[in-house]
Amino acid sequence: MLTFALKRLGLAVLVALTVSAVSFSLLYLSGDPASAMAGETATSADIESIRTLYGFDRPFLVQYADWLFNALQGDFGQSYYFKLPVSQLIADRLSITMLLGVCGISFALVTAIPLGVAAAVRPNSFIDRTALFISVMGQAMPSFWFGLVLIVIFSIQLNWLPPSGSGGWKNFIMPTVVLGYYAMPAIMRLTRAGMLEVLNADYIRTARAKGAGEWRVMFKHALRNAVVPVVSLAAVQMGFMLGGSIVVESIFALHGAGYLAWESIGRNDLPTVQALILVFAGFYIVFTFLSDLANAWLDPRIRVG
Amino acid sequence: MASNIDTLAQEIQGPSPAALLRRRVFGHYGLLFGVTVLIVIVALAVLAPLLAGQDPYAQSLVARMKPPFWMEGSDPNHLLGTDHLGRDYLARLLYGARISLAIGLIAALISGLIGTTMGVAAGYFGGRVDLVVTFLINVRLAMPVVLVALAVVAVLGGSLQVVIVVLGFLLWDRFAVVMRSSTLQVRGLEYVNAAKAIGCSTRRIILSEIMPNILNNLIVVMTLEMAHAILLEAALSFLGLGVQPPTPSWGLMISEGKQMMLFEPWVIAIPGVALFILVLAINLLGDGLRDITAPENRS
Repeated sequence: MLTFALKRLGLAVLVALTVSAVSFSLLYLSGDPASAMAGETATSADIESIRTLYGFDRPFLVQYADWLFNALQGDFGQSYYFKLPVSQLIADRLSITMLLGVCGISFALVTAIPLGVAAAVRPNSFIDRTALFISVMGQAMPSFWFGLVLIVIFSIQLNWLPPSGSGGWKNFIMPTVVLGYYAMPAIMRLTRAGMLEVLNADYIRTARAKGAGEWRVMFKHALRNAVVPVVSLAAVQMGFMLGGSIVVESIFALHGAGYLAWESIGRNDLPTVQALILVFAGFYIVFTFLSDLANAWLDPRIRVG
Repeated sequence: MASNIDTLAQEIQGPSPAALLRRRVFGHYGLLFGVTVLIVIVALAVLAPLLAGQDPYAQSLVARMKPPFWMEGSDPNHLLGTDHLGRDYLARLLYGARISLAIGLIAALISGLIGTTMGVAAGYFGGRVDLVVTFLINVRLAMPVVLVALAVVAVLGGSLQVVIVVLGFLLWDRFAVVMRSSTLQVRGLEYVNAAKAIGCSTRRIILSEIMPNILNNLIVVMTLEMAHAILLEAALSFLGLGVQPPTPSWGLMISEGKQMMLFEPWVIAIPGVALFILVLAINLLGDGLRDITAPENRS
């Protein structure tokens, strides 16, 4: 188990390093950062002075090594726009995004798992059709548009919820639903498929034969086994959701890290964008690492293979 | 007499494979719905200049924010009303379908090419190639797509070509994953070994033994990634960092309508519903193709 964990940890670190290198080269090589920062009205002398001030005239590898060395110590440089350390800026905003992510994945799990179980217990019934319908809708609905529709209905027509801001718990209801609905279809489909497979297993027949109640069979025997792959999917979805929070946060003006990303991209604040890409990638890497460990702990076959 | 013999033969042999396929296709309502809707949308997009009858870029100060036909005060010249610059909404919607379809198709082709090459190579050669490809897939999955796409488009400047290329280079992960596992399943089968035994080149084995047998999975992923690319383009344009105005992209139409949605919710409802229907149709087509080509459903 320890060797498995160490191997996975090494892989995770390698992935993080590669992501940082790729995003760094994308941002700094695909355009001219100095002229992008200087804006459209700048003279060539302005651009030149920015280039030397921020060190863009150095060789690319030196720039990257310098950035990486500082980043490993938690220093992501200064934000060009906010004139604050990037690490502090992100730390301030991250709690909102984390809260949103936790609420979103909880919403997705709480709606998807019961629906998936109910759909698997009675295949092709009304509830199965409804669950399929909800998941097909969720996959086709653009999340930014769904957010706007919710604002029109619940903020403008009914005046129940605030359309924007991050002041109180009411501000999180609609973003949670939008973000959760994005992750829900995949979780529901996997729960349904897993339950359908498990319900045909021998040990379910044995449990029924020894006279266990239907509820006990469903939850103690079936769901426990069907839910294992759902755990790792939920971890992956959670990582995707945090990355996707940029859309949701910008619709609802929720001032989290996603909103910060949107602001920074619009202002060519490259150090902040670069750090945010790494932070969001880091979340994904940590979640998948933890779910790999959890799966290996639950299923010994993974450890060896 | 002859027809009697035919029926008898059919009863003994069972229906032909073509008949079975036909039965599977026409018994799958989701697939039929998806195909029909998609054909209609493609036709509308191709015939946009004929159907719209108006220039999607022509502005008119006197005809701003005309409501669509089901509301009071609508103008028969503008069936779906006009936007805040007086541009005909129907014309913009029809031309917008061209943008969405082009983005979906070309981005899916680019990412399909990248992902299939990587996936098939990993599955067929295994070993180190597989290690490298799996690692690259992990790296790609760890990168937050929306954020990276937004940032790169912002640096390169938003245009239709840039958005298509960026999405094409970001969305290859599912192709690689699915093609890798499909190739792994096929690689050890008898006909591949037979081709090896008679001395076929690797190129020939991959192109004419492996590819035809994993093509169905490729097409399914292709449809799903088309839908993915269309949704992403709309989200990027909505955030102001995708296709730039005055191009009639549906995401951009929703973004431009956002200011007016307080009083005129239809300005975001119309392009949103269009986007939803297009993505729904492509997803249903993909799901349907998966259902009818999956061997376990061929009973």
